[in-house]
Amino acid sequence: MMIITGIVYEALPFLLQGAVTTISLVVSALFFGFIIGLPLAIGQVYGCLWVKKIINIYVWFFRGLPVLVLLFLFYYGLFSITGLNISAFLSAVLVLGLRSAAYQSQIFRGSIQSISEGQLMAASALGMNKLKAVWNIILPQALRLSIPGWSNEYPAMLTESSITYAIGVTEVLTRGSFIASRTYQPMPIYLTCAVIFLFLSYLGLKMLHILEIKFKIPGFE
Amino acid sequence: MEQNKELILEIKDIHKSYNGKAVLKGISFNVFKGETKVIIGPSGMGKSTLLRCINQLTVPDKGSVWLKGQEITHRDAKNINKLRQKIGFVFQDFNLFDHLTAVGNVEIALIKVKGMKKQEARNKAIFELKKVGLEKQASLYPAELSGGQKQRVSIARAFAMEPEIMLFDEPTSALDPELIGEVLSVMKELANEGVTMIVVSHEMGFAQTVADEILFLDGGKLLEAGPPEKIFCEPKYKRTKKFLSTLNELYGNVEGNKR
Repeated sequence: MMIITGIVYEALPFLLQGAVTTISLVVSALFFGFIIGLPLAIGQVYGCLWVKKIINIYVWFFRGLPVLVLLFLFYYGLFSITGLNISAFLSAVLVLGLRSAAYQSQIFRGSIQSISEGQLMAASALGMNKLKAVWNIILPQALRLSIPGWSNEYPAMLTESSITYAIGVTEVLTRGSFIASRTYQPMPIYLTCAVIFLFLSYLGLKMLHILEIKFKIPGFE
Repeated sequence: MEQNKELILEIKDIHKSYNGKAVLKGISFNVFKGETKVIIGPSGMGKSTLLRCINQLTVPDKGSVWLKGQEITHRDAKNINKLRQKIGFVFQDFNLFDHLTAVGNVEIALIKVKGMKKQEARNKAIFELKKVGLEKQASLYPAELSGGQKQRVSIARAFAMEPEIMLFDEPTSALDPELIGEVLSVMKELANEGVTMIVVSHEMGFAQTVADEILFLDGGKLLEAGPPEKIFCEPKYKRTKKFLSTLNELYGNVEGNKR
């Protein structure tokens, strides 16, 4: 027992460094996914036919492939063929971000479409152009409605991020398995990894909940 | 009408069909400054469509609309937005911006469309809310307002843009009976101030006291038009008479209400 606590105690700083990598990866990928996903949703609702078609193909592609296939395709395929010197971490951010954008776009599309047509009509009647109306009237409402659905993206991304182990991103699981194979004590090490993941999950959801309360207004509960 | 008054709105031969079904079959009339026109007629006969054709929320198939000598129809998006600022529109179901407070609803277009400074817009918005008796509710969200209050905010929102003309699309039809009065009295006040307006409504009492002219729309055409006394007491057509008597059954005797 002493040995095990000793191993965990020694491994902890090393694993926590991995937690920092994991959280940076998750936050960056979610942010990247948001930046790409929101315009995709707007394009899918308000764009012309060919814009909609291109976005549909994008969404179909990134939702249709397993994460691992995407990671290999980009990291060992696209990035190495084109000679781009992109690190495993950055590749992971790009791939998880682009994939998340596809999922996020559907969350935003749903909430944009749930805003009544009258809102846009009232904005037009006041002389607002479509861009201003979408930005000032539709999005502030749609984004509020998106928060609960979007909250799913965080734990999904967090758990998914461990798969970047496969391309050597030094996140929690990569480091965990390194120690596990060195010490032959997989159980305590992987349990520690699990606790770290659960803690990160709890922390993130708590913050999203605070965000939800902060933006809560009557009529959007 | 009084021809010496300034011509505000000209509607010329408006046609509109939906899926091959003609809703408007050539509507023409003029609105002069300070006039209140009330459009009545059976539902589903294109009253709302006509109103929406005026500010191009619905694009008519044929015909033209002119605001103070400027054509509104056949415009590109940029120009139509400019012209829409001069036409206040009040919707049947309010369409208040649900994420903004009452004052936010009134000031947003002042800031984003007219380019007013925030403080200036706020002052103007509060002024307009006072006019409709809602300065105390300025910081409430639409979800916290009653239907009548919502509609008064929406009137203030449209009126804050200082339009040349106000269009009301059945402004009281979505309201509980006890809330209709507060909205009508705001509208009456506007009419008495000399605001030019077109109102689609079945509130006969309102029509009788403030309308300069009543237009009876039936079968996609303007069947008859005239001052309230004439339309209510001696309508030319059987259709008009029949429609009015249906309203009488619903709302009580129109002539009996006459003061």
